[in-house]
Amino acid sequence: MFNISTQALFSQLLVGLINGSFYALLSLGLAVIFGMLNIINFAHGALYMMGAFCAYFLLSIAGLGYWWALVLSPLIMGAFGMFLERTMLHRLAGLDHLYGLLLTFGLALIFQGLFQNYFGSSGLPYAIPQELTGAQNLGFMFLPNYRAWVVVFSLAVCLATWFAIEKTKLGAYLRAATENPSLVRAFGVNVPRMITLTYGFGVGLAALAGVLAAPINQVRPLMGGDLIIVVFAVVVIGGMGSIMGSIVTGFALGLVEGLTKVFYPEASNTVVFVIMALVLLVKPAGLFGRTA
Amino acid sequence: MAEPQTAGAPLLEVKGLQAWYGESHILHGVDFNVRKGEVVTLLGRNGAGKTTTLKSIMGMVGKRRGSAEYEGHQTVGLTSDRIARLGIALCPEERGIFSSLSVEENLMLPPRVAPGGLTVEQIFELFPNLKERLNSQGTKLSGGEQQMLAIGRILRTGARLLMLDEPTEGLAPVIIDQIGHTIAGLKRQGFTILLVEQNFRFASKVADRYYVMEHGRVIDAFANADLEANMGKLHDYLGV
Repeated sequence: MFNISTQALFSQLLVGLINGSFYALLSLGLAVIFGMLNIINFAHGALYMMGAFCAYFLLSIAGLGYWWALVLSPLIMGAFGMFLERTMLHRLAGLDHLYGLLLTFGLALIFQGLFQNYFGSSGLPYAIPQELTGAQNLGFMFLPNYRAWVVVFSLAVCLATWFAIEKTKLGAYLRAATENPSLVRAFGVNVPRMITLTYGFGVGLAALAGVLAAPINQVRPLMGGDLIIVVFAVVVIGGMGSIMGSIVTGFALGLVEGLTKVFYPEASNTVVFVIMALVLLVKPAGLFGRTA
Repeated sequence: MAEPQTAGAPLLEVKGLQAWYGESHILHGVDFNVRKGEVVTLLGRNGAGKTTTLKSIMGMVGKRRGSAEYEGHQTVGLTSDRIARLGIALCPEERGIFSSLSVEENLMLPPRVAPGGLTVEQIFELFPNLKERLNSQGTKLSGGEQQMLAIGRILRTGARLLMLDEPTEGLAPVIIDQIGHTIAGLKRQGFTILLVEQNFRFASKVADRYYVMEHGRVIDAFANADLEANMGKLHDYLGV
């Protein structure tokens, strides 16, 4: 009934996996931040964009290439995130979600506006690192090395984060503090410092995704704003606050989008939102969400 | 009020302690003390301020005034993580078992604040049930087992003042007995215990002294030896 070449199918699945990698990294950061800070971080897309710009500046100003950027950009942006948490988000603790949402939304507009003012809306080029140029011929399709790297590396980072949160002592503090911060603090744990570090970590993940995206999508002030709407839909589908849920849903929805591009291209931009609406109707807490 | 004779400097000295939850003023000047190695019980009706007193000592309420000194350190003004590090641990009324943590993770969660805590093996000797259920989800335990976990996890930390908020609430008599033996054993090992209880028959088996609270104040105090003599008053206070 469909007349589809395997090549088209696999190349769209690959695009889907790439997008899924970014959805997973970003929704993972959102989930971690929401769990600890109870804040829906609308600035996440802008921070992702700034992560990519950070890589661009490291190259153009300091002459530091992709591999340096992969390490330094998340660290720099993580520190910037901790600064935001200490100076602003911190003050919203205990207030309604709406305040955090408005503040981070405002921050996103400011960051995007600033970068648009200085860099316009068109993209700045960022080259694929030497080591990852070229492609593999898999017989049924060509697999660009850089894209394979993005998928594998994102998956590794997501699983490492999952492991750290679900299987380590530090993660146990994090999970416990998500449930009952005042009791964890009464055990002698410095919970406010954990919250600051968690926000920094979530922002660092966004920046890492930004660096990974830079050679694929160029570096653009609006790159995060375009992506974040879909990522929020992913988070709603997966369920707010579930770590494995956000990873699985991120990759799965990337693939669903890719498949839709093959079979019914007109719907490829809306399919995620249709799924979101269906999930909200059937399981409002999300596929992996725990109802409180 | 007749303050029982006290010997030696108190480990915990609470004077004129006031506390607020948001706008509501809950404690209106609480005075009492606990000496090293004692089991002291706060009695009183629901809403008298017993739980709030424990939470205030732990630094878990919004605003505090007055004084609560532990080993000479003023705790009013400190954050609760700093207070915990002085060697005070709370077992909250709602038990506070974390559902996203396994029994083992719950048990190992509170960091060590001082040397001299019980080893995990010693905790298993007190509560053998925990050992068999280490990999269960914390909140899948029965109420009694959750209470054992909530007490067990603060024994590891080296804290010397244990504040237990209604540890027998809603539990079967056989479990209440087990917790009573545990508290008596902890006392023999030199732990100091501040207990909040509605069930003074249970408290009478372990407590050295009692304070009675009403409307956010301590209104009476007596030693365990005088419990029988005070029974009439106590029934009035507690409305039982």
